[in-house]
Amino acid sequence: MKKNKISEALVEILLRISAGASVLAIIIITIFIFYKGIPLILKVGIVDFLFNLDWSPTRGSFGIGAMVIGSLAVTLASLVWSVPLGIMTAILMAEIAPHKISGILSRFVELLAGIPSVVYGFFGLIVIVPFIRNHLGGVGLSVLAGAIVLGIMILPTIINISRDAIAAVPEEYKVNSLALGATHYQSIGKVILPAAKSGIITAIVLGLGRAIGETMAVLMVTGNSTAVPDSLLAPVRTMTSNIVLEMGYAAGDHQTALFATGTILFIFIVILNLAVNISMKAGMEDGN
Amino acid sequence: MATKGKEKIVTVLFWLSALIIIAILLGIIGYIVVKGISVISWDFITQPPSRAGKEGGISTTIISTIYLTLVSLLLAVPLGVGAALYLEEYGRKNTRFGYVLKLTAETLAGIPSIVYGLFGFVFFVIFLNMGWSILSGGLTLAIMILPTITRTAQEAIIAVPQEYRSNSFALGATKWYTIKRLILPAAAPGIVTGIILSAGRAVGESAAVILTAGSSLGMPLSVTDPARTMAVHLYMLAMEGISMERAFGTALVIIVLIIFINYLANLSLRKVARQ
Repeated sequence: MKKNKISEALVEILLRISAGASVLAIIIITIFIFYKGIPLILKVGIVDFLFNLDWSPTRGSFGIGAMVIGSLAVTLASLVWSVPLGIMTAILMAEIAPHKISGILSRFVELLAGIPSVVYGFFGLIVIVPFIRNHLGGVGLSVLAGAIVLGIMILPTIINISRDAIAAVPEEYKVNSLALGATHYQSIGKVILPAAKSGIITAIVLGLGRAIGETMAVLMVTGNSTAVPDSLLAPVRTMTSNIVLEMGYAAGDHQTALFATGTILFIFIVILNLAVNISMKAGMEDGN
Repeated sequence: MATKGKEKIVTVLFWLSALIIIAILLGIIGYIVVKGISVISWDFITQPPSRAGKEGGISTTIISTIYLTLVSLLLAVPLGVGAALYLEEYGRKNTRFGYVLKLTAETLAGIPSIVYGLFGFVFFVIFLNMGWSILSGGLTLAIMILPTITRTAQEAIIAVPQEYRSNSFALGATKWYTIKRLILPAAAPGIVTGIILSAGRAVGESAAVILTAGSSLGMPLSVTDPARTMAVHLYMLAMEGISMERAFGTALVIIVLIIFINYLANLSLRKVARQ
């Protein structure tokens, strides 16, 4: 009996340790990412680091401004088409399509989410880049190619989260709206979508977070020039691409500057996630 | 009447958006299947690459992918399932610790893979002196997939009916005995689904792997050897223009593996639904 009690207590301790592992992981990640990145940011100055357009690490100029613009350009351009397409599909799956067809559509969306980013990048490089070069001009490797590939990749995030938000709207809202004489689409537009608004915004924000952090697919199709892009057809380099491209040979301050880029990404994503989480928690307490 | 006509157009637009998404997915898969199928042969799967991948097959990269995925699962599964058991069976509900863990899991899930790669590089490769290796890559991937495994295991454990616990305790069984004999078996299909999905993520990951496991083409014999996974190999073949033909073959093998993993996950999900 006594032996039993000891082993029970031991199991609880072991399980508690596993529960703490993820907290430990995030603490160590934060410490190391900051420890490697912050000194260079302080040395260069945060404003200069973020906004200086001259990235010449071998000559001691560490400005990631062009890459910040690059990441924002590709991300925003990808949202422009994937957000409407994703939300339309989410509405179809939650409100319009028969249950069985929604189920089949979800299988497709899952598969879309499961395809690795290098495969998307490879497809982009082989199909989308030559298409742009031949039909729209430029070298093909461009903001546009990145936006197309990224948009495909974040569709699952946008669809899944908005669909759940739309499906979570209480049934009475719909019934009451229909009873008052609204058509199905009027109640979708005037009742359901406004009620699901915060969930749909969450979907867009998390999609944005994914897009900004995506690396390999973007790297393969955007051409990676460090100049600020002047059109959708111009090549561009994102913050994430810069890390992978130069990590292999960077040393000293150059390497630290790449870590500093990672630090910026890390801070940005963590803030984005915390904001979403806290606003969702607040939303839940409001009863939405 | 005008509204009716308008509504018809809107209906068409909704269905069109779903069709576009299906067309994109089938277009990508179809294109890679058509272009890659002629490259696939027994030799392509079983022979090691030679001349940096220009010739030969991709056997070492297949082995490396499996090896790395297994090492990451070996670490992440016990930790993730353990964490889920603690949170659902031991921890009191709605404590601050529980909230912190939930926030941690969601934050971990949102961190881009390149940041994991940087962390794995500075912590495992350099600081712990593990070098570019299966171990460094496996540990990094383990942290990446931990949130998914924990969350799916939690959901599976919550779904186990409360009577299982009360009946078992009433019969005098201890907590751990109840977990081992009743709760884990009942939650197994859900837990397995999470593990399979995580395996898919590990198989496809490239940014984090290239910085932590390296890109050596040799056959990894021990966990301290560097390795190049299929995903990293595809990247190298395509970006360095080594061999587009072999890149298509590699992409096809990856896609087939991912579709198979997805199929397995759905099989075990259906088992959950039947319960």
